[in-house]
Amino acid sequence: MTARSERRDAALRRVWLTRANFWRDAQARLEALRATGGVEAAEASRIAEDYRAIASDLATSRRIAPQSRTREYLESLYSRAHGELHRGAIHPGYAFWSLLRDQLPATVDSLRVHIAWVTALFLLSAGAGWWMVSTYPELARLFASQEMITTVERGKLWTDGLLNVTPSSVLSVQILTNNIVVSLFAYSAGFLFGLGTLYIIGINGLMLGSVFAFTAANGLDGRLFEFIVAHGVVELSCICLSGAAGAAVGESLIRPGTARRRDAFAAAARRTLPLLVAIVLLLLGCGFIEGYVSPNPDMPLAARIVIGFGYFLFMVALLRGWVAGRSRGSASVD
Amino acid sequence: MDPLEPVGAPVELRIDSATGVDVSHAIVGPGGRAYAFMIDWHIRVVLAIAWYGAAALLMRLGEGFGRSLAIPTDPSGRWLLTVALPAGAIYFLYHPVLELLMRGRTPGKRIAGVRILARDGRTPGPGALLIRNVFRLIDSFPALYGIGLITTLLTREHVRIGDLAAGTLLVYERSPQAALPARTAWDPELSELGIELIARWRELDPAARRDLADRLIARSGQPAVGGNDAAADRERQALLRRLGGNEPA
Repeated sequence: MTARSERRDAALRRVWLTRANFWRDAQARLEALRATGGVEAAEASRIAEDYRAIASDLATSRRIAPQSRTREYLESLYSRAHGELHRGAIHPGYAFWSLLRDQLPATVDSLRVHIAWVTALFLLSAGAGWWMVSTYPELARLFASQEMITTVERGKLWTDGLLNVTPSSVLSVQILTNNIVVSLFAYSAGFLFGLGTLYIIGINGLMLGSVFAFTAANGLDGRLFEFIVAHGVVELSCICLSGAAGAAVGESLIRPGTARRRDAFAAAARRTLPLLVAIVLLLLGCGFIEGYVSPNPDMPLAARIVIGFGYFLFMVALLRGWVAGRSRGSASVD
Repeated sequence: MDPLEPVGAPVELRIDSATGVDVSHAIVGPGGRAYAFMIDWHIRVVLAIAWYGAAALLMRLGEGFGRSLAIPTDPSGRWLLTVALPAGAIYFLYHPVLELLMRGRTPGKRIAGVRILARDGRTPGPGALLIRNVFRLIDSFPALYGIGLITTLLTREHVRIGDLAAGTLLVYERSPQAALPARTAWDPELSELGIELIARWRELDPAARRDLADRLIARSGQPAVGGNDAAADRERQALLRRLGGNEPA
């Protein structure tokens, strides 16, 4: 470096440092923007100018004083300005409505094949569980606890008198918490190239089929159906839906297409999020029904069936976006 | 990877911007992540226990059972809904709720000086933060965040599965208070002239440089320096240097 360029850099360095007043003012404007969440148009325009000016100062500092703490300061100020200027507006109410009206139907459309395959797996597993326990009754021990087996062999269901032990409110909260955790776990287990999801769906199907076969062997399958019909139709559908979302996440890792695996995985997670939100909402309702309706011995079977299938129709309407105001003729949103 | 990158240098996230000057963030390693997590873990445990203790005590006192914090053998619905459930909610919803409200931060992350950032440098949206927390179920499997810890150790950007799914990273938050030069009275143009004058001080005629210095000092609003002797010239130079700005620390 020549003496002349050294002198020029030294001068530049001193000039650059005199910009401290501007940096402070720009920082104050950014903090005001952050605190209020919005500013007047003139102020916003000023912040955009600040952003460009800070970028220029930072570029200078990276060249003439790369090791200085002032450069560190400018890096910080610049990244803050970048973050604030590129932050999208947040409208929670509209975002939620849009999610249910537009994004959810689009997600369900894109997952139709996954939903069909996962539901088929669930039904096949349930059939396999039924066949296993019907053919080899001792296998019921694989899926049911000793206490459950003893209760059923005495001619009672483990759900009998449930409300005498636990109040409906507590039962609802316990059940919906458990269901939500199982559904989210079935979804996130899709990370294991979909195998974790398929395992959870398979096990749940096997358990359902085997428990029905076991209760049928003791003449209690009708009563078990009576217990689960009000909440189970949607609850089991939700498990299949979360499994389908998990399978899509797994598929993105197996077949990322032209994208990098990491990007395909993130895109699949983002795409399936609306369905997860819907599942959580639906499971809240299932928990309520399972706590208040299903264990109620005074509730007639017809009412249970109406509630169960009525709630299923509500689920379909929610997944198609009709509940949020989407018209039936709307084109799918991709 | 850059072959000239120093060994052990922190991995950086560099984001292109419209100005042509990239934004850089140092990515937090497993140690920094664990540090922030442990602070948060202690906070949420203390908060959950505090809620449990206060609510249980009030309820037991209200029911006339004295000052007992023990879990009832036959817990009522009211006890579960007002004592146990909120305490559990504080513990399990701490991260998703606070990350949403504090825009990618939690008290622990703030203390550790780190924050969550989307890969494009923006504050992650609610969707990304929800996805990040849904995958906590897998990251915390089988115990003590086993899978999450392994993935942060094995991935170049030290991310757990939740971050991979959400497209987020944990980065160090630079403090904007770091060593900013002292407030100067001059605008940059004036400063440049002052610096140039000092640089050429010896080359200039004494009367001319004295005249230029006095005019610059007057424009800066500082009191004039009287006298034409060497001491007065030294005072003029010192004032120009002081007003011209500080060296970076």
